[in-house]
Amino acid sequence: MAAVNMVQALNMALRQEMEKDPSVVILGEDVGRDGGVFRVTEGLFEKFGGERIMDTPLSETGIVGAAIGMSACGLLPVVEIQFMGFIYGAFDQIVNHAARLRSRSRGRFTCPLVIRTPYGAGIKALEIHSESTEALFAHIQGLKVAVPSGPYVAKGLLLSAIRDPDPVIFLEPARLYRMIKEDVPEEQYTIPLGRARKAREGKAVTLISWGSMLQRTMKAANGFDADVIDLMSLSPWDAEMVLSSVRKTGRAVIVQEAPKTCGFASEVAATIAEDAIAYLRGPVLRVAAYDVVLPFSKLEDYYMPGIERIKNKIEEAMRY
Amino acid sequence: MPEKSIASFDVKRLEILDEEGNADKTLMPGLSGGEIKHIYEMMLLSRAFDERALQLQREGRLGTYASIRGQEAAQVASAFAAEKTDWIFPSFRETGVQITMGYPLYMLFQYWSGDERGMKCPGGLNVFPVCVPVGTHLPHAAGAAMAMKIRGEKKAALAYFGDGATSKGDFHEAFNLAGVFRAPAVFICQNNQWAISVPLSRQTAAGTLAQKALAYGFTGLQVDGNDVFAVYKAAKEAIEKAKSGGGPSFIECFTYRLSDHTTADDSTRYRPAQEVEEWKGRDPVKRLRLYMEKEGLLDGEFQKQTEEQAEKAIDEAYHKMEEIGPPPANDMFAYTFEKPSPGEAQQMREFLG
Ligand SMILES: Cc1ncc(C[n+]2csc(CCOP(=O)(O)OP(=O)(O)O)c2C)c(N)n1
Ligand SMILES: [Mg+2]
Repeated sequence: MAAVNMVQALNMALRQEMEKDPSVVILGEDVGRDGGVFRVTEGLFEKFGGERIMDTPLSETGIVGAAIGMSACGLLPVVEIQFMGFIYGAFDQIVNHAARLRSRSRGRFTCPLVIRTPYGAGIKALEIHSESTEALFAHIQGLKVAVPSGPYVAKGLLLSAIRDPDPVIFLEPARLYRMIKEDVPEEQYTIPLGRARKAREGKAVTLISWGSMLQRTMKAANGFDADVIDLMSLSPWDAEMVLSSVRKTGRAVIVQEAPKTCGFASEVAATIAEDAIAYLRGPVLRVAAYDVVLPFSKLEDYYMPGIERIKNKIEEAMRY
Repeated sequence: MPEKSIASFDVKRLEILDEEGNADKTLMPGLSGGEIKHIYEMMLLSRAFDERALQLQREGRLGTYASIRGQEAAQVASAFAAEKTDWIFPSFRETGVQITMGYPLYMLFQYWSGDERGMKCPGGLNVFPVCVPVGTHLPHAAGAAMAMKIRGEKKAALAYFGDGATSKGDFHEAFNLAGVFRAPAVFICQNNQWAISVPLSRQTAAGTLAQKALAYGFTGLQVDGNDVFAVYKAAKEAIEKAKSGGGPSFIECFTYRLSDHTTADDSTRYRPAQEVEEWKGRDPVKRLRLYMEKEGLLDGEFQKQTEEQAEKAIDEAYHKMEEIGPPPANDMFAYTFEKPSPGEAQQMREFLG
């Protein structure tokens, strides 16, 4: 078992699944010869050739639309959208087609595709490269949404996504790509979609997070008797784990990178309010980015929830 | 009944200045010696800015930067054909266009250093903020041109984009709208033959990009994009045509990206060094210099002076950016709406403590 970063873990998952299953294909911009701008598909073009690793024209609508057709027709496409900020051209295809094909054809045609895309702030990128709009996708019925928080989770979750019979939006926090190394087994293993995991056990407060905010939440949790939950999937999501933890601790703080209003944290908070209010000692609290257009890199650090802000909210929760 | 041909098309390519700096006098646009010198100055300034930006990026003083090296003729000569009152819709690789239009250099440094204030186009100029999602600004140019027509203004909207952008639906929708409404739009593609690692042959199976305009009912012309005179002439004619009610035009400037895609890219991974070397030989700046030397428009003294002026302007601009310093953090709350929403106002109070 080797310590690898998230790029390598994702690459391993793709390579192994392509070796195992000839119907898996990859398409996107610069995924072939260049190995993807973050190198997630590095070496795959050389290994599997241009028929299975397709460098496409610059055409997000076309890429996703074609992947829908491919998936209905026997392939298992894994699409790479170069950055989440460029996915919106394909929103029509995702929302009106990928998410509904099963329903519209009463199960006759299905759409087992994966759309991978890097997202999130903290990489000092140009405009439109740093937003976190996972809630837009989690709001669409018929789409699954998964967000890995590190290399180990990334590999197991991506394998589940590829094998899943429905469309999965697989959001990769770009800030984490090379930040953490973990031991990742060479063997294939899966982490089920729709399930959360405990990143840490505690009794006094429940901290809920996903993706790039998990690291910061873990750091902020130091010194508190905190139960930390890594959601890993936002749709479907593991409400059961969250509720049982909150019933135990009586306090909940949700940490998201996205702006506060209508983010996924709002859904988690509402569910806790509906199903565990009798166990709460105080209000459910959210740590989120401000409700502003994401600023350029010079102000990015002020925008993103940092460890201090998370700590302060945990302290606020502990006062009840 | 026999089949008959109901449409046939012709796609032209314009070249005026060859690699040795000889111009075809019969095709030369009407440019005075002074104007040619000005174009040359703008090209040198653009190249010097580009080199400085790459250096500053390496030193960690700027963020990711997209070099225009090799595309100076396409950018400077086309922008020089526009008037200050025309509207410009740039992509992210348009330093030469911005500089030629008179966009302040220190603001370009602000932009590339991650300071959003650099995006605020100064009054008197109509240069839209740099468009990062490829091709999505083309419909804006079509709409701006439609507005100009409706309002009876004698202006044109110039959209700048790359070969990759021609694969986006936005490109086709913008062309179609501009064609249907005969809007005064000029679409200028710098076909630098690469979209990051994807070669032109992966963007289109068509022989030229220029011909794409024909399907939308207006002319598409390919020009040698490293030839200032061909670019200028095509742009000038297209702008005049637009302003006199003749509708949109498309100009494909056939050129080459001599640098990496951006400072975050390594183009040796995907393109042959041989190809880059060949295109270095077709340098647009050198080509104009050779012409000017032959015509007696340029000597060693003028060259030296122009280079020095460019370096000085760039030094001053960089110092100005540094002097101004980073934006205040609460700048991020200032422009979401005209007035902050109640939630945003509350968050700003919390932020300011
Ligand atoms: C819609 C969209 N998809 C992907 C990207 C990522 N990206 C940035 S530039 C680029 C290639 C652009 O190629 P081209 O249009 O030829 O312009 P050039 O960079 O060559 O000037 C890509 C894929 C983007 N910015 N926008
Ligand atoms: Mg290009």
